[in-house]
Amino acid sequence: MQRILLRELKIAFRHRAEVINPLWFFLIIVTLFPLGIGPESTLLARIAPGIVWVAALLASLLGLERMFRDDYLDGSLEQLLLLPTPLPMVVLAKVFAHWLTSGLPLIILSPLASLFLSLNFTGWWGLVLTLLLGTLTFSFLGAIGVALTVGLRRGGVLLSLLVLPLAIPILIFASSAVDAASQDLAISGYLAILAAMLVVSVVLAPFAIAAALRVSLQ
Amino acid sequence: MWKWLHLLAKPDRLYRLCGQWLPWLAVATACTLAFGWGWGFVFAPPDYQQGESYRIMYIHVPAAMWSMGIYAAMAVSAFTGLVWQMKMSDLVARAMAPIGAAFTFIALVTGSAWGKPMWGTWWIWDARLTSELILLFLYMGIIALYHAFDDRRAAGRAASILILVGVVNLPIIHYSVQWWNTLHQGSSGLLQQAIAPEMRIPLRWSILGYLLFFITLTLSRLRNLLLLTEQHRPWAREIAHQEIKK
Repeated sequence: MQRILLRELKIAFRHRAEVINPLWFFLIIVTLFPLGIGPESTLLARIAPGIVWVAALLASLLGLERMFRDDYLDGSLEQLLLLPTPLPMVVLAKVFAHWLTSGLPLIILSPLASLFLSLNFTGWWGLVLTLLLGTLTFSFLGAIGVALTVGLRRGGVLLSLLVLPLAIPILIFASSAVDAASQDLAISGYLAILAAMLVVSVVLAPFAIAAALRVSLQ
Repeated sequence: MWKWLHLLAKPDRLYRLCGQWLPWLAVATACTLAFGWGWGFVFAPPDYQQGESYRIMYIHVPAAMWSMGIYAAMAVSAFTGLVWQMKMSDLVARAMAPIGAAFTFIALVTGSAWGKPMWGTWWIWDARLTSELILLFLYMGIIALYHAFDDRRAAGRAASILILVGVVNLPIIHYSVQWWNTLHQGSSGLLQQAIAPEMRIPLRWSILGYLLFFITLTLSRLRNLLLLTEQHRPWAREIAHQEIKK
């Protein structure tokens, strides 16, 4: 599993442009909202949690395609299926590696997004915690969708249609948490629910992803 | 697994069985719905708060209940198809999907029409309405996934996985009025105990009518899907020839 993780990171490093494009997309979306709604900072601060989270979900969605597509096209996905390691464990390593190159950079960019949307410091800290839990959950849920659509020719929009309804609970709880955090209220309850969703996803999603990969590859 | 289930796995046998059951179910559906709706819309007393406009309940509540029930049936069918490798089971789930989507849509639209006079708004983002809307999106995603694959058997298997992943939404919809503060009213208890008997009995007949309606439509769609997927088989060509001769 460790070797799979390192392999994924090495490949991602060799295709840095593919990794960075969704991050630019995230920043552009965050920029579009003040330009569209108006620069009034109190208004932006009120809607900042939702905007940042929607932008994070869309940017993660763009990056999801990368997870299995190249491996499918050059045949290495079949080789991963044939490894003696159980497929759910292989998938766990792949998804975690993907998150390191898609979700973690979003957390690194979050101070910039908070600055653009006039989110205060406590709000930003809540944003970091929710992004940490939520983007990892979304990587696992999104991986189910990618595994189902990897063999299809035009799977891109279908992937959004499949994955975004599953991501709605994450969005609801995470943006409420950031909203509460920016008002200096306690967010441990929200974080607990997000953590619960993360734990359920990490435990159950690899089996669904493995089953979906076997369906897509036969 | 039980022998009769495996006998159902033969497409031509399943086709004939559905054809035998269909007329009886259609008649039963028409009678039950006519009885339930007739009683509910004409003979049930007006509500002390809502007056006559509560009667949309006889359309809205059964549609909403079965939108979840159909998804549960699809989940059972998907599980059977995945575990016991029955292709007919995948086909049954595929047959049920648009019906469930239609029921969900009816529930949302009639609920919206009921909400405008009662709550003063066509829509609100409370837990029950939001989770029912998510159910509609899940149905749409499943139908889209069926259509995206060229190979129908792979489509059935992939959609089965997606159905099982989405089944987590069902308890959320059901318990949303308990877990959250919602504008949508709370549960009326097991078997609608909190509703007055004069209104409850036509509601139960309507619920039964919707169930029979769903089964009728499913068997009808299943017959069509069987002919479509097995069109190259002799028994299907035989049926086509008989239709042409007519």
